[in-house]
This record gives sequence, C-alpha cells and structure tokens, in this order.
Amino acid sequence: MDSVSFLRAALQAGTPLLFATLGEILTEKAGNLNLGVEGLMLLGAVGGFAAGLATQSALVAIIVAALCGAVGGLLYAVLTVTLQANQVVTGLALTIFGTGVSGYAGRFLMGDIIPSSIRNTFRTIPIPLLSEIPFFGEIVFQQNIFVYCGIALAILMGLYFSKTKQGLNLRTVGENPSAADASGIPVTTYKYIHIIIGSAISALGGAYLSLVSVPAWQENITAGRGWIAVALVIFSMWSPYRAIFGAYLFGGLDIIGFRLQQTGFALSQHLIGMFPYLITILVLVISSIMKRRQYAPTSLGEPYFREDR
Amino acid sequence: MIRISKRAEMPQRKKWIVRLLGIVLALVVMSFFFLFLGHNPLEVYQTLITGSLGNYNRFARTIEFVIPLSLSALGIMIAFKMKFWNIGAEGQIVVGAIAATYIALNFSELHTVLLLSTMFIVAALAGGIYAFIPAFFKVKFNTNETLFTLMLNYIALRLVVYLQYGPWRDPGARGFPKIANFSQNARLPDIFGIHAGWIILIIVFALVYLLMNKSKLGYEIAVIGESQKTANYAGMNVSKVILIALFLSGALSGIVGMLQVSGVNYTLSRQVSGGMGFTAIIIAWLSQIKVVLVPIVAFFFAMLVQGATFIRTAFQIPQSIAEVLQATVLFFALGSEFFINYKLHFEKKAKGRVQNG
Repeated sequence: MDSVSFLRAALQAGTPLLFATLGEILTEKAGNLNLGVEGLMLLGAVGGFAAGLATQSALVAIIVAALCGAVGGLLYAVLTVTLQANQVVTGLALTIFGTGVSGYAGRFLMGDIIPSSIRNTFRTIPIPLLSEIPFFGEIVFQQNIFVYCGIALAILMGLYFSKTKQGLNLRTVGENPSAADASGIPVTTYKYIHIIIGSAISALGGAYLSLVSVPAWQENITAGRGWIAVALVIFSMWSPYRAIFGAYLFGGLDIIGFRLQQTGFALSQHLIGMFPYLITILVLVISSIMKRRQYAPTSLGEPYFREDR
Repeated sequence: MIRISKRAEMPQRKKWIVRLLGIVLALVVMSFFFLFLGHNPLEVYQTLITGSLGNYNRFARTIEFVIPLSLSALGIMIAFKMKFWNIGAEGQIVVGAIAATYIALNFSELHTVLLLSTMFIVAALAGGIYAFIPAFFKVKFNTNETLFTLMLNYIALRLVVYLQYGPWRDPGARGFPKIANFSQNARLPDIFGIHAGWIILIIVFALVYLLMNKSKLGYEIAVIGESQKTANYAGMNVSKVILIALFLSGALSGIVGMLQVSGVNYTLSRQVSGGMGFTAIIIAWLSQIKVVLVPIVAFFFAMLVQGATFIRTAFQIPQSIAEVLQATVLFFALGSEFFINYKLHFEKKAKGRVQNG
C-alpha cells in the first residue's frame, strides 16, 4: 500500500468531516448541541449540487450550499434560542427535515453529474515549493482547494476562539450565559450568529460530498457522516486544531478497509467503521474518569432564559 | 417592544388548543407547498387518511408502525423522566434484533412457544444491557449519556451490516448479502391480521403505566427527575434507581427489535430500525413524558408514515415528503410549547416611566 497516496486520500475523505465538525464546534461553543448536522450536510449537499448543475459555477454552488445550511441553522436557532425548545429533539427534527428535503429534491437530480467546469475548479492544485517537501508536502500540499480551505478554516477558528474579543465572549456565552449576559454580552445575538454560521460551515461538508467526492447525486449521500462529526467534536475536545487531526484520522478509517482488501488483508470495513464511535466513547469515558476540566461548554444543551438567572 | 415572561401553569384545555393550533399551522404551511407542486392539499391529506385508515388491511399496517414506535417511546420515557437523555433507542432496537436473530437462526428446531419466548427474553436482555452500559458510566463517572448513547447507535448499526455481509450471510442467497429468513417456528403469529406484538404493546403499556404512576420505583424515578439532591436527601439509592430504570428503558427497545425481525421482516437487515428509535424520542417528548399520550402521538406518526406510501402512488410525490411533513409538524409542535410556558407582552416603549420587569 502506497502510504503517500493513502494519506492523501485520507485527507480528502476527512475534509467533509472537518467542515461538519468545525461547524458543530462553533455551534456548541455557543452552548447549543445541534444533532442536526446530518440534516445540515444533506441540505448543503443537495443545494450545492442543484445550484452547481443549474449555473455551472463552483462559487454559486458553494454559496447556495452554505445558504441552505444557514437556513437550517436559522430554523434551529429560532426554535432553541428564542422559543426555548429542547435542543436534542430540535436537532433530530432538523436531521429528519434535511433527510426529507434532500430525498425529495434528489429525486429530480438522479443520474445527473457535476459539470466539468466545476470539477475543474476542484482539481488537485499543488502548491509550488511546499508540495515538493518530501512526504509531508506531498500529502498536504497536493490537494484541491476544498482541502486547503478546511485547514485554513480550522486555524482561523482556533485563532478566533483564543485571540479575539468576540471569540472570548462566545466562550463565555457557552460556559455561563447568565454571567455573559450580566457583563453586557448580547447572548441571543451571539447564539444566533454562531449557530447560523456554524450550520453553514457544516453544510459545506455536505457540499464537498456531492460536488467533489462523488460527484453525482446519491440518495442519502452523507451516509451517517454527520453523526461522525458529532463524535469528532467530542474526540477533538472542542478544539478546531485537534479537529483537523481527528477528521483526517476518521477519514482514513473510512477508506482503510477498502485499501486493506486490495492488499489481501481482510479486516471487515464494517468493523473498522465502528472505530470512530468506539474511540469517541473511549475519549468520553476517559475524560470523565480523569475528572479533568470538562471540555464541553458548561451550558451545552441547556436553554438560556434571562429571568431564570 | 416585546417582553417575554414565564407564565403560570396554563389550564390543560388551553394547552391542548395551543398544541393543536401548532399542528394545524404546520399542515397549512405544508398545504402551500403542495399547492406549489400543483396538487390540491385537501386531496393529499385525504389520501393520507384513507391510505392509513381506509380499510382494515391499511389500518393493520398502520398499527404495525404504532407497535414499535410506542414501545420504544415508552422505554425512552422512563429515562427522560429522570432527565437521563437516552437517545440510544435505535441501537437498543438493533441489538435486540441481533440477539433475537441469533436465537432464531441457531435454535430453529425448538417449539414455537419456547423459541419465541427465548427470543423475546434474550432481546429484552440485550437491549437492557445496551442501555445499562452508558447508565453505569453515568452514575460512576458522570460520563455524558446523550453522547454515549448516541455513539452506541452507530456501533450497533455497523454490527448488523458486518453480520449481514460477513459471518451471518446466507450462503443460500446466491451471493446476495442477506441473512437467512426465519423458519416458521421463529415467526410471530398474526392475531386479527396484525402480528401478536400488539398484545405485547397493550401489556407493556399497562405495566409501564403502573410502574410510573403506582409503584415505588416510579415515584423514585419522578423524584430523581425533579432533583437528584432531593432524592439523595430523601435517602434514595439514586444510582441503583438509574441503573434499573435504564435497563428497563433499553429492554423495551430491545423487545421492539425482536418484534420487528420476528413479526414484520422475518429476517435481520440494517433497515431493522429504520430511524424508528429517533422517531420514538420525538414521540416520547411530544407526549410530555406521559404514558397515556404515547400511543396517541405514535398513532399520528404511524399514519404519516403509512399514508405517505399512498401519497406517493396517488400523486407521484416522492415518499421523502413524509419526512418533510413529519419535520414540519415537529418544528411547529416544538415551537408551540413556548407559547404554553411563556407569555408575550407587547408594550409600547414607555418613556419616563419606571419599568419594573
């Protein structure tokens, strides 16, 4: 097995996971657990695909995909932030919604493939010089734009959390919304903005699947990746940097079974498919046993109502 | 300026009016969607009702959805009552189905009654243990149960696929990756044209009602749900109650797994749960964690699912519309709770007046 080509493929398989995970991290940092990631990805996948077919423009496809996610995020935010609905149930409803909408719209997209102009935009573009670094450069810097953007986005998000005032405020909102409110941070606005942007980012993960990975329409194209993203948020302990590593690791696990089969080493892909979830449970259990600082934002999953404080 | 405040308990009747309004509003919104597609929404809804209730056979198919949805939702409810967010029903259904299938395939020569009861017990045990594991870590180390149970779903689903493509693959299926069909002995008999699961549902429903409303354990579950501190203070063994309750919660979903493989599919496949574990969570929630409401809400969802298959053939609308319809109803149902718990005050911005808000 050629390790460079395998790792390169792992990065590509991990990129939709990375986007979905980053989006969910942003949402969860605001204190909201959105189990609708799978639905958001499907909305992004179908919206991006339809827009790509109609306009032949990669940029429009991406924008529409993000907008579809944003609309899903807005729905979720109205229900959970303003109307104080249960986050778990709302998230599940959002997943059902995304599955239904994409299944419905997808009926009319069956058999279509992405035009070559768009596929050309997402071709492999080696970065001069860097791509010549042996091994590391060959893996990381011989990729498509989407992969580069994923890494850049993760780093930007990490910096946003640690270096900017807004990022700090956001963390306060997620940790202790009443304290944030008391210190004059507009809690509701923060939640809305970050949920909506986070949802748009998650939807881009879905768009990667329909525009780049496949690139054709498949029923239920995400195949549970949204749930892996929920797991990845825990695995990476809400850190965008660790999410890069985690997404590529899980992406690698996603494709390794198939590659192993080619080398004649038979470990069922379906058993390997359990690893992401098993590893995530392990992380959950170990971090709770160690009683380390809980990495999850403290108010995660709880609605915030000002008069309760 | 709109101000929001918590309102005092709304009278029961008014609550139901608000909820009903929410559902009606959802149907109105969907009507516009159907109009946009060029269908008469009234005809669509009518087909939905005749498709799910129009004759005995259709009614029977609808009930076959009510059975698993209600049973699972009843189980989930037990956990939710303690504010233990068991969202692992999907996985608990699947492991129950796996356990029942193991017995069905390996002891197929047993007498029907013995075989079916063994499958039933083993499935309940499997589902119960599968929920017990996250409960154990919850009480021991305070491990987040929402995420733990969620992850377990996907492990169970992968396990079925593994069995289906690997060790349990039927060599007689001409290379098609499926698990062998059950022998006649392992199939649940029909009673009045519906598999015998409906009798189990009635029994379980009565038992859960007694458990939650009349038993000591049910009382302890309710107290823990209100406040763990109170429960501790009252000398209850909180950990023990959580563990027992979660075992029961998972066992009910495990039973669902057995009923599906033995009463509906006569084999095990990855579609065994088909998202029912998640729908059941929604049903438990919309039932306000009240036992009596579970079958009613489940019936409504079963109608949507069953009726949608008829909408598809009658109007050429893809079946996914059932999910869109479900989600829309859900969004409105979730939103309507707000208007039950909170009050909106529309007030003009008062200048120079002291506001005591």
